[in-house]
Amino acid sequence: MSENLMSLTLRIWRQPNAATAGKISEYKLAGVSSDMSFLEMLDMLNEELTVKGEEPVAFDYDCREGICGMCGIVINGVPHGRGNSAVATTTCQLHMRNFKDGDVITIEPWRATPFPIIKDLVVDRRAFDKIIASGGYISVNTGAAPEAHANAVSKLKADRAFDAATCVGCGACVAACPNHSGMLFVAAKITHLAMLPQGQPERPLRIKTMIGTHDELGFAGCQNAGECAAVCPKEIPLDTIAQLNRDLIASLFNRAGKSTAAE
Amino acid sequence: MVTTLTPHQRAFRSTVALKALMALTGLILIAFLLMHCFGNLKLLISAEEFNHYAHWLKGEGDAGGMLEPLIPHGWFIWIFRVFMLAAAVLHILAAVVLWRRAYNATPSNYEARKKLAQTYAARTQRLGGVILGALLLWHLLQFTVIPAQMAGQAGEPSSYVIFAFGQWYYVLCYAVFMGLVCLHVRHGFWSAFTTLGVNTSKRAEKVLNVLAYLIAALLFIGFMAMPLAVLGGIVS
Ligand code: FES
Repeated sequence: MSENLMSLTLRIWRQPNAATAGKISEYKLAGVSSDMSFLEMLDMLNEELTVKGEEPVAFDYDCREGICGMCGIVINGVPHGRGNSAVATTTCQLHMRNFKDGDVITIEPWRATPFPIIKDLVVDRRAFDKIIASGGYISVNTGAAPEAHANAVSKLKADRAFDAATCVGCGACVAACPNHSGMLFVAAKITHLAMLPQGQPERPLRIKTMIGTHDELGFAGCQNAGECAAVCPKEIPLDTIAQLNRDLIASLFNRAGKSTAAE
Repeated sequence: MVTTLTPHQRAFRSTVALKALMALTGLILIAFLLMHCFGNLKLLISAEEFNHYAHWLKGEGDAGGMLEPLIPHGWFIWIFRVFMLAAAVLHILAAVVLWRRAYNATPSNYEARKKLAQTYAARTQRLGGVILGALLLWHLLQFTVIPAQMAGQAGEPSSYVIFAFGQWYYVLCYAVFMGLVCLHVRHGFWSAFTTLGVNTSKRAEKVLNVLAYLIAALLFIGFMAMPLAVLGGIVS
Protein backbone atom coordinates (compact mmCIF):
# COMPACT_ATOMS: atom_id res chain seq x y z
CA MET A 1 0.00 0.00 0.00
CA SER A 2 1.52 3.29 -1.01
CA GLU A 3 1.70 6.19 1.38
CA ASN A 4 -0.90 8.84 0.96
CA LEU A 5 -0.83 12.34 2.40
CA MET A 6 -4.04 13.97 3.52
CA SER A 7 -5.41 17.10 5.10
CA LEU A 8 -7.90 16.72 7.91
CA THR A 9 -10.22 18.81 10.02
CA LEU A 10 -10.13 17.64 13.61
CA ARG A 11 -12.95 18.54 16.00
CA ILE A 12 -11.49 17.77 19.40
CA TRP A 13 -13.03 17.97 22.84
CA ARG A 14 -10.95 20.37 24.93
CA GLN A 15 -11.49 20.56 28.66
CA PRO A 16 -8.76 21.96 30.95
CA ASN A 17 -9.90 20.01 34.02
CA ALA A 18 -12.80 18.21 35.65
CA ALA A 19 -14.28 21.38 37.12
CA THR A 20 -14.33 23.45 33.92
CA ALA A 21 -16.82 22.90 31.15
CA GLY A 22 -15.37 21.58 27.92
CA LYS A 23 -16.07 22.35 24.30
CA ILE A 24 -15.17 21.24 20.82
CA SER A 25 -12.22 23.04 19.17
CA GLU A 26 -11.40 22.75 15.49
CA TYR A 27 -7.91 22.16 14.12
CA LYS A 28 -6.63 21.79 10.56
CA LEU A 29 -3.88 19.27 10.09
CA ALA A 30 -2.08 18.80 6.77
CA GLY A 31 0.45 16.18 5.64
CA VAL A 32 -1.00 13.31 7.59
CA SER A 33 0.33 10.03 6.23
CA SER A 34 -2.08 7.14 5.69
CA ASP A 35 0.53 4.91 7.33
CA MET A 36 0.32 6.74 10.63
CA SER A 37 -1.59 5.33 13.55
CA PHE A 38 -4.36 7.47 14.96
CA LEU A 39 -2.24 8.33 17.99
CA GLU A 40 0.73 9.29 15.79
CA MET A 41 -1.61 11.66 14.00
CA LEU A 42 -2.48 13.21 17.39
CA ASP A 43 1.24 13.36 18.24
CA MET A 44 1.77 15.31 15.03
CA LEU A 45 -0.99 17.73 15.94
CA ASN A 46 0.47 18.15 19.42
CA GLU A 47 3.91 18.99 17.99
CA GLU A 48 2.33 21.70 15.88
CA LEU A 49 0.38 23.02 18.86
CA THR A 50 3.48 23.04 21.05
CA VAL A 51 5.48 24.95 18.44
CA LYS A 52 2.66 27.48 18.27
CA GLY A 53 2.72 27.77 22.04
CA GLU A 54 -0.70 26.24 22.49
CA GLU A 55 -1.65 23.58 25.03
CA PRO A 56 -1.29 20.10 23.47
CA VAL A 57 -4.24 17.71 23.51
CA ALA A 58 -4.08 15.33 26.47
CA PHE A 59 -4.83 11.71 25.65
CA ASP A 60 -4.14 8.38 27.32
CA TYR A 61 -1.94 5.59 25.97
CA ASP A 62 0.71 3.18 27.07
CA CYS A 63 1.64 0.16 24.96
CA ARG A 64 0.47 1.39 21.54
CA GLU A 65 0.24 -2.30 20.67
CA GLY A 66 -3.42 -2.90 21.42
CA ILE A 67 -2.80 -4.89 24.59
CA CYS A 68 -2.95 -2.53 27.57
CA GLY A 69 -6.32 -0.85 27.11
CA MET A 70 -5.09 2.60 28.11
CA CYS A 71 -5.97 4.39 24.91
CA GLY A 72 -9.62 5.18 24.66
CA ILE A 73 -11.11 7.87 22.47
CA VAL A 74 -14.49 8.20 20.83
CA ILE A 75 -13.82 8.78 17.15
CA ASN A 76 -16.70 9.93 14.97
CA GLY A 77 -19.16 8.60 17.53
CA VAL A 78 -17.58 5.18 17.96
CA PRO A 79 -15.33 4.25 20.91
CA HIS A 80 -11.93 3.31 19.43
CA GLY A 81 -13.25 4.39 16.05
CA ARG A 82 -13.66 1.14 14.16
CA GLY A 83 -16.66 2.66 12.39
CA ASN A 84 -18.08 0.20 9.90
CA SER A 85 -14.84 -1.73 9.63
CA ALA A 86 -15.04 -5.47 10.16
CA VAL A 87 -11.85 -5.36 12.20
CA ALA A 88 -12.11 -4.75 15.94
CA THR A 89 -9.46 -2.33 17.14
CA THR A 90 -8.10 -0.21 19.92
CA THR A 91 -7.50 3.47 19.18
CA CYS A 92 -3.73 2.92 19.00
CA GLN A 93 -4.16 0.19 16.39
CA LEU A 94 -6.48 2.27 14.24
CA HIS A 95 -4.61 3.62 11.24
CA MET A 96 -5.10 6.74 9.19
CA ARG A 97 -5.65 4.67 6.06
CA ASN A 98 -9.20 4.30 7.37
CA PHE A 99 -9.69 8.00 6.60
CA LYS A 100 -9.43 10.02 3.45
CA ASP A 101 -8.27 13.45 2.44
CA GLY A 102 -10.61 16.19 3.57
CA ASP A 103 -12.29 14.15 6.30
CA VAL A 104 -13.74 15.86 9.36
CA ILE A 105 -13.04 13.75 12.45
CA THR A 106 -14.81 14.32 15.76
CA ILE A 107 -12.69 13.20 18.72
CA GLU A 108 -14.16 12.96 22.22
CA PRO A 109 -13.46 11.32 25.57
CA TRP A 110 -15.49 8.44 27.06
CA ARG A 111 -18.62 9.95 28.53
CA ALA A 112 -20.04 8.21 31.59
CA THR A 113 -20.62 9.47 35.12
CA PRO A 114 -18.39 6.79 36.71
CA PHE A 115 -15.56 7.87 34.33
CA PRO A 116 -15.11 11.57 35.08
CA ILE A 117 -13.04 13.58 32.61
CA ILE A 118 -9.61 14.53 33.96
CA LYS A 119 -8.46 16.59 31.01
CA ASP A 120 -9.32 16.77 27.30
CA LEU A 121 -9.57 13.12 26.20
CA VAL A 122 -8.32 11.58 29.44
CA VAL A 123 -10.85 10.04 31.81
CA ASP A 124 -10.50 8.49 35.25
CA ARG A 125 -11.21 4.77 34.92
CA ARG A 126 -10.35 3.74 38.45
CA ALA A 127 -13.98 2.63 38.87
CA PHE A 128 -13.00 -0.52 36.96
CA ASP A 129 -10.18 -1.22 39.42
CA LYS A 130 -12.66 -0.92 42.27
CA ILE A 131 -14.95 -3.47 40.64
CA ILE A 132 -12.07 -5.92 40.20
CA ALA A 133 -10.87 -5.33 43.76
CA SER A 134 -14.35 -6.17 45.04
CA GLY A 135 -14.27 -9.72 43.72
CA GLY A 136 -12.61 -10.17 40.34
CA TYR A 137 -9.92 -12.50 41.62
CA ILE A 138 -9.41 -15.94 43.12
CA SER A 139 -7.98 -16.62 46.54
CA VAL A 140 -5.36 -19.36 46.43
CA ASN A 141 -2.52 -20.27 48.66
CA THR A 142 0.76 -20.15 46.85
CA GLY A 143 2.90 -23.23 46.68
CA ALA A 144 3.68 -25.97 44.19
CA ALA A 145 1.51 -25.84 41.08
CA PRO A 146 -1.11 -28.61 41.10
CA GLU A 147 -0.67 -31.50 38.69
CA ALA A 148 -2.06 -30.32 35.38
CA HIS A 149 -4.05 -33.49 34.66
CA ALA A 150 -5.72 -33.54 38.07
CA ASN A 151 -8.39 -31.05 37.02
CA ALA A 152 -9.52 -31.56 33.46
CA VAL A 153 -11.20 -28.51 31.89
CA SER A 154 -13.29 -29.07 28.77
CA LYS A 155 -12.07 -27.41 25.59
CA LEU A 156 -15.32 -25.50 25.28
CA LYS A 157 -15.03 -23.99 28.74
CA ALA A 158 -11.33 -23.29 28.37
CA ASP A 159 -11.99 -21.42 25.12
CA ARG A 160 -14.79 -19.43 26.67
CA ALA A 161 -12.63 -18.55 29.67
CA PHE A 162 -9.74 -17.46 27.45
CA ASP A 163 -11.97 -15.41 25.15
CA ALA A 164 -13.39 -13.59 28.15
CA ALA A 165 -9.97 -13.18 29.74
CA THR A 166 -8.73 -11.11 26.79
CA CYS A 167 -10.59 -8.07 28.16
CA VAL A 168 -8.11 -5.22 28.58
CA GLY A 169 -10.43 -3.07 30.69
CA CYS A 170 -10.39 -0.10 28.32
CA GLY A 171 -13.96 0.89 29.10
CA ALA A 172 -15.15 1.19 25.50
CA CYS A 173 -18.18 -0.94 26.45
CA VAL A 174 -19.28 1.67 28.97
CA ALA A 175 -18.60 4.49 26.54
CA ALA A 176 -20.69 2.85 23.81
CA CYS A 177 -23.57 1.71 25.99
CA PRO A 178 -26.68 3.89 25.64
CA ASN A 179 -27.18 3.42 29.41
CA HIS A 180 -23.50 3.53 30.39
CA SER A 181 -23.59 0.10 31.90
CA GLY A 182 -20.39 -1.71 32.80
CA MET A 183 -21.97 -5.12 32.25
CA LEU A 184 -19.68 -6.36 29.47
CA PHE A 185 -16.60 -5.62 31.56
CA VAL A 186 -17.99 -7.37 34.64
CA ALA A 187 -19.34 -10.18 32.48
CA ALA A 188 -15.91 -10.81 30.95
CA LYS A 189 -14.35 -11.28 34.36
CA ILE A 190 -17.29 -13.31 35.71
CA THR A 191 -17.28 -15.62 32.68
CA HIS A 192 -13.51 -16.00 32.71
CA LEU A 193 -13.50 -17.17 36.33
CA ALA A 194 -16.79 -19.07 36.23
CA MET A 195 -15.54 -21.40 33.49
CA LEU A 196 -12.49 -22.57 35.42
CA PRO A 197 -12.19 -24.78 38.51
CA GLN A 198 -10.19 -22.14 40.38
CA GLY A 199 -13.10 -19.75 40.12
CA GLN A 200 -15.71 -22.02 41.69
CA PRO A 201 -15.29 -21.56 45.47
CA GLU A 202 -15.93 -17.81 45.34
CA ARG A 203 -18.33 -17.88 42.40
CA PRO A 204 -21.63 -17.03 44.15
CA LEU A 205 -20.08 -14.36 46.33
CA ARG A 206 -18.00 -12.86 43.50
CA ILE A 207 -20.99 -11.99 41.35
CA LYS A 208 -22.77 -10.37 44.28
CA THR A 209 -19.88 -8.17 45.34
CA MET A 210 -18.88 -7.21 41.79
CA ILE A 211 -22.40 -6.26 40.72
CA GLY A 212 -22.94 -4.49 44.05
CA THR A 213 -19.85 -2.38 43.43
CA HIS A 214 -20.74 -1.85 39.76
CA ASP A 215 -24.12 -0.41 40.74
CA GLU A 216 -22.78 1.60 43.65
CA LEU A 217 -20.23 3.33 41.42
CA GLY A 218 -23.04 4.58 39.23
CA PHE A 219 -22.88 2.25 36.24
CA ALA A 220 -26.39 1.56 34.96
CA GLY A 221 -28.21 -1.52 33.76
CA CYS A 222 -27.90 -3.46 30.53
CA GLN A 223 -30.61 -3.14 27.92
CA ASN A 224 -29.22 -5.81 25.60
CA ALA A 225 -28.69 -3.28 22.81
CA GLY A 226 -25.35 -4.85 21.89
CA GLU A 227 -23.34 -1.65 21.35
CA CYS A 228 -20.68 -2.77 23.85
CA ALA A 229 -19.74 -5.96 22.05
CA ALA A 230 -19.73 -4.10 18.72
CA VAL A 231 -16.95 -1.75 19.84
CA CYS A 232 -14.99 -4.10 22.09
CA PRO A 233 -11.41 -4.23 20.75
CA LYS A 234 -11.09 -7.78 22.09
CA GLU A 235 -14.47 -8.89 20.75
CA ILE A 236 -15.78 -10.06 24.11
CA PRO A 237 -19.06 -11.69 23.06
CA LEU A 238 -22.43 -10.35 24.23
CA ASP A 239 -23.32 -13.80 25.55
CA THR A 240 -20.95 -13.29 28.49
CA ILE A 241 -23.60 -10.90 29.83
CA ALA A 242 -26.12 -13.74 29.78
CA GLN A 243 -23.58 -15.77 31.79
CA LEU A 244 -23.36 -12.92 34.29
CA ASN A 245 -27.16 -12.70 34.51
CA ARG A 246 -27.41 -16.44 34.97
CA ASP A 247 -24.82 -16.43 37.76
CA LEU A 248 -26.42 -13.49 39.52
CA ILE A 249 -29.90 -15.04 39.46
CA ALA A 250 -28.48 -18.36 40.69
CA SER A 251 -26.55 -16.57 43.44
CA LEU A 252 -29.79 -15.10 44.82
CA PHE A 253 -30.62 -18.64 45.97
CA ASN A 254 -27.20 -19.08 47.55
CA ARG A 255 -26.26 -18.12 51.09
CA ALA A 256 -22.91 -16.55 50.15
CA GLY A 257 -22.65 -12.98 51.37
CA LYS A 258 -25.70 -13.15 53.63
CA SER A 259 -23.87 -12.25 56.81
CA THR A 260 -21.77 -9.14 56.26
CA ALA A 261 -18.05 -8.63 56.08
CA ALA A 262 -15.84 -11.63 56.72
CA GLU A 263 -16.97 -14.00 53.99
CA MET B 1 -21.05 5.90 49.64
CA VAL B 2 -20.68 3.61 52.63
CA THR B 3 -23.16 0.83 52.50
CA THR B 4 -24.45 -1.22 55.37
CA LEU B 5 -26.12 -3.76 53.11
CA THR B 6 -24.72 -7.25 52.83
CA PRO B 7 -23.51 -8.42 49.41
CA HIS B 8 -26.60 -10.62 49.29
CA GLN B 9 -28.94 -7.69 49.85
CA ARG B 10 -27.10 -5.63 47.29
CA ALA B 11 -27.47 -8.43 44.77
CA PHE B 12 -31.24 -8.42 45.34
CA ARG B 13 -31.39 -4.69 44.70
CA SER B 14 -29.00 -4.80 41.75
CA THR B 15 -29.74 -3.71 38.20
CA VAL B 16 -29.47 -7.35 37.16
CA ALA B 17 -32.10 -8.50 39.67
CA LEU B 18 -34.35 -5.61 38.60
CA LYS B 19 -33.92 -6.65 35.01
CA ALA B 20 -34.76 -10.25 35.85
CA LEU B 21 -38.00 -8.97 37.38
CA MET B 22 -38.64 -6.97 34.25
CA ALA B 23 -37.94 -9.98 32.07
CA LEU B 24 -40.27 -12.27 34.02
CA THR B 25 -43.14 -9.79 34.10
CA GLY B 26 -42.56 -8.97 30.45
CA LEU B 27 -42.80 -12.62 29.46
CA ILE B 28 -46.02 -12.93 31.48
CA LEU B 29 -47.39 -9.97 29.53
CA ILE B 30 -46.37 -11.57 26.23
CA ALA B 31 -48.10 -14.82 27.26
CA PHE B 32 -51.19 -12.76 27.99
CA LEU B 33 -51.01 -11.13 24.55
CA LEU B 34 -50.95 -14.56 22.89
CA MET B 35 -54.01 -15.63 24.87
CA HIS B 36 -55.79 -12.35 24.14
CA CYS B 37 -55.06 -12.77 20.46
CA PHE B 38 -56.52 -16.27 20.51
CA GLY B 39 -59.71 -14.91 22.12
CA ASN B 40 -60.07 -12.18 19.51
CA LEU B 41 -59.86 -14.66 16.70
CA LYS B 42 -63.00 -16.36 17.98
CA LEU B 43 -64.94 -13.58 16.32
CA LEU B 44 -63.84 -15.01 12.99
CA ILE B 45 -65.86 -18.13 13.83
CA SER B 46 -68.98 -16.28 14.91
CA ALA B 47 -70.22 -13.51 17.16
CA GLU B 48 -71.91 -16.09 19.40
CA GLU B 49 -68.66 -17.97 19.85
CA PHE B 50 -66.87 -14.72 20.71
CA ASN B 51 -69.50 -13.65 23.22
CA HIS B 52 -69.65 -17.07 24.77
CA TYR B 53 -65.88 -17.02 25.29
CA ALA B 54 -66.02 -13.56 26.85
CA HIS B 55 -68.77 -14.60 29.22
CA TRP B 56 -67.00 -17.81 30.08
CA LEU B 57 -63.86 -15.89 31.09
CA LYS B 58 -65.89 -13.68 33.36
CA GLY B 59 -67.89 -16.56 34.78
CA GLU B 60 -71.12 -15.05 33.50
CA GLY B 61 -73.89 -17.19 32.16
CA ASP B 62 -74.81 -20.68 33.26
CA ALA B 63 -72.23 -22.65 31.31
CA GLY B 64 -69.81 -22.11 34.21
CA GLY B 65 -66.67 -19.99 34.07
CA MET B 66 -62.99 -20.67 33.62
CA LEU B 67 -61.41 -23.05 36.15
CA GLU B 68 -64.78 -23.80 37.74
CA PRO B 69 -65.45 -25.45 40.13
CA LEU B 70 -61.83 -25.15 41.26
CA ILE B 71 -62.38 -21.45 41.80
CA PRO B 72 -65.80 -20.11 42.83
CA HIS B 73 -68.07 -18.66 40.20
CA GLY B 74 -66.87 -15.33 38.85
CA TRP B 75 -63.65 -15.23 40.80
CA PHE B 76 -61.26 -16.20 38.08
CA ILE B 77 -61.51 -12.93 36.18
CA TRP B 78 -60.67 -10.91 39.29
CA ILE B 79 -57.76 -13.06 40.37
CA PHE B 80 -56.51 -12.86 36.82
CA ARG B 81 -56.92 -9.08 36.62
CA VAL B 82 -55.04 -8.53 39.88
CA PHE B 83 -52.27 -10.82 38.67
CA MET B 84 -51.94 -9.00 35.33
CA LEU B 85 -52.07 -5.60 36.99
CA ALA B 86 -49.30 -6.65 39.40
CA ALA B 87 -47.18 -7.86 36.50
CA ALA B 88 -47.69 -4.60 34.60
CA VAL B 89 -47.00 -2.42 37.65
CA LEU B 90 -43.81 -4.31 38.56
CA HIS B 91 -42.68 -4.14 34.92
CA ILE B 92 -43.17 -0.38 34.85
CA LEU B 93 -41.60 0.18 38.28
CA ALA B 94 -38.48 -1.75 37.31
CA ALA B 95 -38.32 0.24 34.07
CA VAL B 96 -38.53 3.54 35.93
CA VAL B 97 -35.75 2.63 38.37
CA LEU B 98 -33.48 1.38 35.58
CA TRP B 99 -34.25 4.41 33.45
CA ARG B 100 -33.28 6.70 36.31
CA ARG B 101 -30.03 4.85 36.87
CA ALA B 102 -29.19 5.11 33.18
CA TYR B 103 -30.03 8.81 33.21
CA ASN B 104 -27.73 9.38 36.18
CA ALA B 105 -24.91 7.49 34.49
CA THR B 106 -25.03 9.86 31.51
CA PRO B 107 -23.18 13.10 32.24
CA SER B 108 -23.58 14.63 28.78
CA ASN B 109 -24.26 13.52 25.25
CA TYR B 110 -21.66 12.82 22.62
CA GLU B 111 -21.09 15.47 19.96
CA ALA B 112 -21.16 12.70 17.40
CA ARG B 113 -22.78 9.34 17.90
CA LYS B 114 -22.82 6.39 15.58
CA LYS B 115 -24.87 3.33 16.43
CA LEU B 116 -23.41 0.03 15.39
CA ALA B 117 -25.58 -2.70 16.81
CA GLN B 118 -28.81 -1.58 18.38
CA THR B 119 -32.07 -2.11 16.55
CA TYR B 120 -34.78 0.50 16.18
CA ALA B 121 -36.86 -1.58 18.58
CA ALA B 122 -34.13 -1.50 21.23
CA ARG B 123 -33.68 2.25 20.88
CA THR B 124 -37.39 2.99 21.26
CA GLN B 125 -38.06 0.45 23.99
CA ARG B 126 -38.53 2.99 26.77
CA LEU B 127 -40.41 5.74 25.00
CA GLY B 128 -42.43 3.10 23.16
CA GLY B 129 -43.30 1.59 26.52
CA VAL B 130 -44.63 4.90 27.81
CA ILE B 131 -46.79 5.41 24.72
CA LEU B 132 -48.02 1.83 25.02
CA GLY B 133 -49.07 2.43 28.61
CA ALA B 134 -51.20 5.40 27.57
CA LEU B 135 -52.75 3.54 24.65
CA LEU B 136 -53.45 0.56 26.88
CA LEU B 137 -55.48 2.75 29.26
CA TRP B 138 -57.59 3.94 26.34
CA HIS B 139 -57.99 0.38 25.11
CA LEU B 140 -59.16 -0.86 28.52
CA LEU B 141 -61.51 2.06 28.92
CA GLN B 142 -63.11 1.41 25.57
CA PHE B 143 -63.52 -2.34 25.70
CA THR B 144 -63.53 -3.24 29.39
CA VAL B 145 -64.51 -0.37 31.66
CA ILE B 146 -67.26 1.48 29.80
CA PRO B 147 -67.76 -0.39 26.55
CA ALA B 148 -71.54 -0.07 26.52
CA GLN B 149 -71.38 3.70 26.91
CA MET B 150 -69.00 3.94 23.96
CA ALA B 151 -71.10 2.00 21.49
CA GLY B 152 -72.83 -1.30 20.89
CA GLN B 153 -75.21 -3.27 23.06
CA ALA B 154 -74.56 -3.90 26.74
CA GLY B 155 -73.55 -7.46 27.51
CA GLU B 156 -72.68 -8.27 23.93
CA PRO B 157 -68.92 -7.85 23.55
CA SER B 158 -69.00 -8.62 19.85
CA SER B 159 -71.12 -5.54 19.27
CA TYR B 160 -68.51 -3.18 20.79
CA VAL B 161 -65.81 -4.66 18.64
CA ILE B 162 -67.83 -4.71 15.44
CA PHE B 163 -68.87 -1.13 15.96
CA ALA B 164 -65.31 0.09 16.58
CA PHE B 165 -63.62 -1.80 13.78
CA GLY B 166 -66.32 -0.96 11.29
CA GLN B 167 -64.59 2.39 10.95
CA TRP B 168 -61.41 2.58 8.93
CA TYR B 169 -59.72 5.23 11.06
CA TYR B 170 -60.22 3.13 14.11
CA VAL B 171 -58.60 0.14 12.47
CA LEU B 172 -55.73 2.40 11.45
CA CYS B 173 -55.20 3.60 15.04
CA TYR B 174 -55.37 0.03 16.20
CA ALA B 175 -52.75 -0.98 13.63
CA VAL B 176 -50.40 1.70 14.98
CA PHE B 177 -51.08 0.48 18.52
CA MET B 178 -50.33 -3.11 17.56
CA GLY B 179 -47.26 -2.02 15.61
CA LEU B 180 -45.90 -0.44 18.78
CA VAL B 181 -46.78 -3.52 20.82
CA CYS B 182 -44.92 -5.76 18.40
CA LEU B 183 -41.90 -3.47 18.29
CA HIS B 184 -41.76 -3.57 22.07
CA VAL B 185 -42.18 -7.35 22.05
CA ARG B 186 -39.50 -7.74 19.37
CA HIS B 187 -36.78 -6.33 21.57
CA GLY B 188 -38.42 -7.38 24.83
CA PHE B 189 -38.62 -11.06 24.00
CA TRP B 190 -34.97 -11.41 23.03
CA SER B 191 -33.87 -9.15 25.85
CA ALA B 192 -35.90 -11.02 28.47
CA PHE B 193 -34.34 -14.35 27.61
CA THR B 194 -30.88 -12.81 27.58
CA THR B 195 -31.52 -11.32 30.98
CA LEU B 196 -32.65 -14.69 32.27
CA GLY B 197 -29.37 -16.15 31.06
CA VAL B 198 -30.53 -18.17 28.06
CA ASN B 199 -28.37 -16.38 25.49
CA THR B 200 -25.15 -18.30 26.05
CA SER B 201 -23.70 -18.57 22.55
CA LYS B 202 -23.72 -16.89 19.15
CA ARG B 203 -26.17 -19.53 18.04
CA ALA B 204 -28.51 -18.95 20.95
CA GLU B 205 -28.37 -15.23 20.13
CA LYS B 206 -29.51 -15.95 16.58
CA VAL B 207 -32.28 -18.33 17.64
CA LEU B 208 -33.61 -15.87 20.22
CA ASN B 209 -33.60 -13.04 17.72
CA VAL B 210 -35.42 -15.07 15.08
CA LEU B 211 -37.95 -16.23 17.67
CA ALA B 212 -38.49 -12.63 18.76
CA TYR B 213 -39.26 -11.57 15.17
CA LEU B 214 -41.59 -14.56 14.77
CA ILE B 215 -43.55 -13.85 17.95
CA ALA B 216 -43.85 -10.17 17.04
CA ALA B 217 -45.05 -11.02 13.53
CA LEU B 218 -47.46 -13.65 14.85
CA LEU B 219 -48.95 -11.16 17.29
CA PHE B 220 -49.31 -8.47 14.64
CA ILE B 221 -51.03 -10.77 12.16
CA GLY B 222 -53.14 -12.36 14.89
CA PHE B 223 -54.33 -9.05 16.27
CA MET B 224 -54.95 -7.41 12.89
CA ALA B 225 -56.86 -10.31 11.33
CA MET B 226 -60.07 -9.74 13.27
CA PRO B 227 -60.31 -5.92 12.85
CA LEU B 228 -59.60 -6.26 9.14
CA ALA B 229 -62.24 -8.95 8.82
CA VAL B 230 -64.75 -6.67 10.54
CA LEU B 231 -63.80 -3.71 8.37
CA GLY B 232 -64.04 -5.85 5.26
CA GLY B 233 -67.52 -6.95 6.27
CA ILE B 234 -66.55 -10.61 6.55
CA VAL B 235 -67.80 -10.63 10.15
CA SER B 236 -70.98 -8.89 11.13
S1 FES C 1 -2.12 2.09 24.05
FE1 FES C 1 -2.21 0.09 24.90
S2 FES C 1 -3.97 -0.68 23.94
FE2 FES C 1 -3.76 1.24 22.96
